[in-house]
Amino acid sequence: MTTMTRLLPHPILSLTLTGLWLLLVNSITPGQIVLGLLLGWMIPLLTLRFWPEVVTIRKPFTLLRYVGLLLWDIIVANFTVARLILGDLDRLKPIFIQLPLSLTSDLAISLLASSITLTPGTVSAKLSEDRRYLLVHALNEADPDTLIATIKQRYERPLQEIFE
Amino acid sequence: MLEYLLSFLILTGAIFTFIGSLGLLRLRDFYMRLHGPTKATTLGVGSLLIASAVFFSNHDAGISLHEILITLFLFITAPVSAHLLAKAALHLNLHSFAKMPVKSIKEKERSSSDAIDVKH
Amino acid sequence: MLDFVIVIALGLVAVAVAMSFWRLLRGPSLPDRVLALDTLYVNAIALLMLLGIHLGSALFFEAALLIALMGFIGTVALCKYLLRGDIIE
Repeated sequence: MTTMTRLLPHPILSLTLTGLWLLLVNSITPGQIVLGLLLGWMIPLLTLRFWPEVVTIRKPFTLLRYVGLLLWDIIVANFTVARLILGDLDRLKPIFIQLPLSLTSDLAISLLASSITLTPGTVSAKLSEDRRYLLVHALNEADPDTLIATIKQRYERPLQEIFE
Repeated sequence: MLEYLLSFLILTGAIFTFIGSLGLLRLRDFYMRLHGPTKATTLGVGSLLIASAVFFSNHDAGISLHEILITLFLFITAPVSAHLLAKAALHLNLHSFAKMPVKSIKEKERSSSDAIDVKH
Repeated sequence: MLDFVIVIALGLVAVAVAMSFWRLLRGPSLPDRVLALDTLYVNAIALLMLLGIHLGSALFFEAALLIALMGFIGTVALCKYLLRGDIIE
């Protein structure tokens, strides 16, 4: 372990904490920036044991594109769900599907599960013990295979490119 | 112009919040009810918070971005609580209109016996 | 116009609170009630933000932030209770 990684074990976490601090105090004065940087440096050191995995972002631009895609899908998802809720409830066909996972890292799996929950008509319900399947509940879906293919292609592949 | 933007954001937010709770009231089983609050309410409140950020940025001196903090927090926590609630419901074997894939039922029995093992 | 819109929005969110409250009382299962509580705290944040804009006061932000934090922790603790029958292991 080099001195650099010992002093600054999680650079991304430190930056995020600094940003959060500046948002929380709602001002960008030099003093607050210094305090934010100090907090961003201290907190990861004090909570080192809670972060066993070191996060590496391989493709920052893919991540940005993924966030954009996700925001768009969240808005679309809301109109879909609103239509389903206001429409005829007897015609809804809810199903459970098993989504086989190719992701392995903790962070990528939890991001995928959260993305699935926030996007059209699906909620992730349970991760299997061996971490190879995710149980997903869909509000109204006629064809499970298309849904699995869409999720894998749209969300899982970019996450795999970014984190693994 | 600003007033129209604010009115639009506030109305969208309120309508989606309303629809989320309507889903909670109307839908027929627990897993379906989960969809309403996690999606519609989250976006509705997010939209209201952005309206508030826009309003206070123009109202007081200086921009006000700390509402973004709550929005971010809600968008991160909503899927987590939904996932935990779904897990709890599966654990309690709540009735569902959706059919369960056969393999996962076995898995669930195994994992619930695991949970009992852990407890003792 | 803004004042009028805010009053309508407050009405809509108030009805949303009433509907969540009905689900909280009605159940039928425990996860349903926990979900209703979860929705109620998010609705409370919406109400606070609307009141903040209506009264032109930024004081409501801290309250909303605290409700968001505590509400999430409460939901997680209740879910844990439902899953394990125990909160602190």
